[in-house]
Amino acid sequence: MMRMTFAALAIAASTGIALSATGLQAIKERQDLMKADGAATTKMVAMLQGKAPFDLATVQKTLKTYENAASKEPALFPPDSKTGDKTQALPAVWEDDNKADFDARFKKFGADAAAALTTIKDEASFKATMPGVLDSCGGCHEKYKAKQQ
Amino acid sequence: MGARIASAFGLAAVLVAAGAVAAWFATAPRRISAEVAAGVSEPGDPEVGRNVFYIAGCDSCHMSPGQPDPLRLGGGMELKTPFGSFYPPNISPDKKDGIGSWSAADVADAIMAGVSPNGEQLYPALPYTSYCRMSIKDVGDLFAFLRTTPPVTGRAPPNALIFPFSIRRAVGFWKLLYMPRIDHPLAVDPTGEEALGRYLVEGPGHCAQCHSPRDFLGGVIEQRRLTGGLLPDGKGKAPNITAQGLKDWSEDDIVTALSTGFTPSGDALGGPMALEVRSLSHAPAPDLAAIAHYLKTYKAGAAQ
Repeated sequence: MMRMTFAALAIAASTGIALSATGLQAIKERQDLMKADGAATTKMVAMLQGKAPFDLATVQKTLKTYENAASKEPALFPPDSKTGDKTQALPAVWEDDNKADFDARFKKFGADAAAALTTIKDEASFKATMPGVLDSCGGCHEKYKAKQQ
Repeated sequence: MGARIASAFGLAAVLVAAGAVAAWFATAPRRISAEVAAGVSEPGDPEVGRNVFYIAGCDSCHMSPGQPDPLRLGGGMELKTPFGSFYPPNISPDKKDGIGSWSAADVADAIMAGVSPNGEQLYPALPYTSYCRMSIKDVGDLFAFLRTTPPVTGRAPPNALIFPFSIRRAVGFWKLLYMPRIDHPLAVDPTGEEALGRYLVEGPGHCAQCHSPRDFLGGVIEQRRLTGGLLPDGKGKAPNITAQGLKDWSEDDIVTALSTGFTPSGDALGGPMALEVRSLSHAPAPDLAAIAHYLKTYKAGAAQ
């Protein structure tokens, strides 16, 4: 009996650890993708402001970074990743009413990035198209992200 | 013995009555002065008023929810706070549901003194503790600009506040504690980058409202002004924006963040700041530069 309890506890403990590890892993993966988006975005902002010269190859690389992140991000917010590792995701992410909206926002971001890959051919089309792609960043963060410390 | 008890009761009744009278007067709404009312009633410049509107971010709270036009000011967006939910009103020029029948002095009473045209206390969810520092010209120009926005019909739901915060008159006590006493507001905006930056941050920009810690009654803790605070809904933080908090940011970084929403690491500002950025992206570049300059020199505990 005693042995069985220990076994049950051991299983529970290991499952618990496994679960939280999945959550922490998801937080790390989504943060890495976001950071990659951010690093790429600083270049886009500088180009939009005229502080860096327009460079089509960099723009295209950025759009692919966005597309990749947008396709992977929705799966990286499992229920066991609500807290931990300094996540700045708000509880609103996991509210039932918001699930469809949350996923749709990533889908739109990815689709906008994919469309911009064909639309953007020069500086003029970049300046006309890129701000619309970037709107998704603040739009989503407004509802789903806030500083926690 | 009976007489003594009766007189004690009598004295107590007199004291309670006197206290009630004193409380009634202490909580009486205090309007703007006749001098300010006359000043804001001069014809304003709506084009300058547009800049004031976007620096103040009126749209962040008053734009009709669920649609993208910042100039549809029908109100009704829910503002969740620890005191309950506020529903900012319709400030479009609609005569029936908005403020189309208000005079410039009525608007100045509301935003500079926190008093409605019918003499009621307004809740400090409208940041009049900052707007009281606005210049008379800015308020007049803002009024002129608000008149150019489209009338929107429909009213916001009534506020749903927790007792005792639901007692409107009690805002008078709150004001005794926290309302700056500005007897003579500036006639026009100050000149010089530092003075202008301070004016924009502490007046129309009302940065301290989110970026400062508050005490249990919701008053800003002055010694820690701008050192960061809880967001109104309590679900996140507004960061420290003093020189110390922004030590890794250049003035240009701040201007870029305020106008594009992106931080130096390419992160997009979130929470209510995303809304503010949508307003500030329309603000004049020199104003944003002045704000950045002021924040980069501001040390916690400096007097206002």
